[in-house]
Amino acid sequence: MTVILNEGDSAGTSGAASGSPVDAAPEPDKAMTRGRLVLIRFVRNRLALVGLSVIVVLYLMAFVGPLLSPWSYDQQDYTAFLQPPYADHVFGTDKIGTDMFALVMRGLQKSLIIGLLVALISTLVAAVVGATAGYFLGAADRALMWIVDLLLVLPSFLIIAILSPLFRGESWWLLVFMLAAFQWMITARIVRGMTLTLKEREFVKAAKFMGQPARTIIAKHIVPNMASLLIIDATINVGSAVLAETGLSYFGFGVQQPDVSLGTLIGTAAESATTFPWLFLFPAGFLVVFVLAVNWVGDGLRDALDPTSTRVRKREKKDTEEKAA
Amino acid sequence: MAGFLLRRLVNYVVLALVATFLAFTLASVTFDPIGVLEQRKPPPPAATIEAKRKDLHLDQPIPQRFVTWMSGVVRGDFGHTITERPITDELGRRVGVSLRLFLLGITLGIGFGVLLGVVSAIRQYKFSDYFATLFSFVLLSTPVFVLGNLLKIGAQDINDAVGTNVLLFVGETTPNFQGTWFEHLWDRLQHLIVPTLTIALGQIAYYSRYQRSSMLDVLGSDFLRTAQAKGLTRRQALFKHGLRTALIPMATLFAFGFGLLVVGGTFTERIFNWFGMGHWLIEGISTQDTNVTATVTLFVAVCVLFSGWLADVLYAALDPRIRVN
Repeated sequence: MTVILNEGDSAGTSGAASGSPVDAAPEPDKAMTRGRLVLIRFVRNRLALVGLSVIVVLYLMAFVGPLLSPWSYDQQDYTAFLQPPYADHVFGTDKIGTDMFALVMRGLQKSLIIGLLVALISTLVAAVVGATAGYFLGAADRALMWIVDLLLVLPSFLIIAILSPLFRGESWWLLVFMLAAFQWMITARIVRGMTLTLKEREFVKAAKFMGQPARTIIAKHIVPNMASLLIIDATINVGSAVLAETGLSYFGFGVQQPDVSLGTLIGTAAESATTFPWLFLFPAGFLVVFVLAVNWVGDGLRDALDPTSTRVRKREKKDTEEKAA
Repeated sequence: MAGFLLRRLVNYVVLALVATFLAFTLASVTFDPIGVLEQRKPPPPAATIEAKRKDLHLDQPIPQRFVTWMSGVVRGDFGHTITERPITDELGRRVGVSLRLFLLGITLGIGFGVLLGVVSAIRQYKFSDYFATLFSFVLLSTPVFVLGNLLKIGAQDINDAVGTNVLLFVGETTPNFQGTWFEHLWDRLQHLIVPTLTIALGQIAYYSRYQRSSMLDVLGSDFLRTAQAKGLTRRQALFKHGLRTALIPMATLFAFGFGLLVVGGTFTERIFNWFGMGHWLIEGISTQDTNVTATVTLFVAVCVLFSGWLADVLYAALDPRIRVN
């Protein structure tokens, strides 16, 4: 959901050259480094902090929670079928007597892992492809722009859904690569745009005239200078990857039996959502809370890494107040 | 200006063709309808399978199959479904069902979204702004398949509270409904409310975020001050000069938003059992039906591209610089 975070998408530029080599040099410990500055700004943002703690808690819960629960996801309680939440089963049970807490934790685990992996892979690919296309231009660049245009017409959801018979009965790893294969393009296009401006900068030109090979320039001078954009995008991509995965799994096009994800749980519960709401509400609640937390953190990171956007907003606030007065 | 719009239109037609070709090819490669037939118990005789293979043109190379299908499409014949029903017979009704949902959803979404965005920008950092921000953050983190089912549960609660079924959420009309013309209209309206809300809420959140930030950009601008200086009231200046400028970036978003809408529509049709195009897509993929999948893709591509073209027209209407060049 990059949607909300438009305000600085293209303006999220190079952090006003802040990542330049000078800043990275070790300084006396009293001095304000960029890292500390960003940290202070991030911590000041309460929503982002809440979001970060929610994410940490959810990851912990997904992996530690099942160990603490008396029930396991493959265990059935023959004395409790379709029970609403009560003391023995805090999230209730489904129609074959499986404990919903154990099941939701297992689904959460899969969804969170898939989201994280897809975001990491797709951001990495976006950085490499976008920077290469922007640096060399030419045919690779035209191909990239064209693919992004085409993806607008042909939503990636549709393509992966069409390809889904291929990974029926395969491991979920295939789904990770599938999702990553369609998520890097838009980020790559932003990276490309930033590379176009970065490659005109003095330090890149200097490196070039010193005879550094293009691959070193891209890896050492261009990509590190987009670190803030890449961090923000990787964060947001975790959220969109989880949404894409659950959406596909909802229809049975994503995670396959015997694996479960939040999407498959919501999909199976949706049919009877009005009669047995707890089957639906728990996995859906976890999904929404997670994505919301990711969006808050993404917003907070942007404000911390690229504070110009906030400063503009504050100045405007003052302006409007003066006008109103 | 006409030349500009014509050039864009040609560009879009080519993109739609490529997108459909791609979907057709992917579907032909991954789908295995003969395999499904062979797995039937008892297995059908070899002659039947051979006849099916001939009928689906599986003995021909894929590009040739596409040409055969496309030349039919040009003449208004979209081929047969896997169960030998002509697609063209069903197409009109399904397109109508989907478009009714899309058009209502997008009209409400843009209308209320722009309004909400403008109001929260003008009253920035007031309670209404915080409320609108929270509202859109939560909605944007809620996938359509969760929102739709939540609204379904909510509608059920309302029905229970009222005592009769006011809001209907299965199908787009009551089957075998008898009554006057007015009663028919009322019946359709009852079915329409919850699904339309499902689509519109997400769109409102999406457009309001963008409208807010583009309105904020405009609020601090010099031309608004000038407009007030020459004697317009603040309200007049805002609506005559501010809003129009702030709407320009929205025109581009419109095309992006439509892709989102189509995917959201697929979930909505599925949740509320509307037999529209999205429902058909899921059916087509599940039954490994290439013709249906390609037909729906063509529909999606035409929708997205038409909205893209409409965005160009709006852009030209709002921004005089485009018209001059």
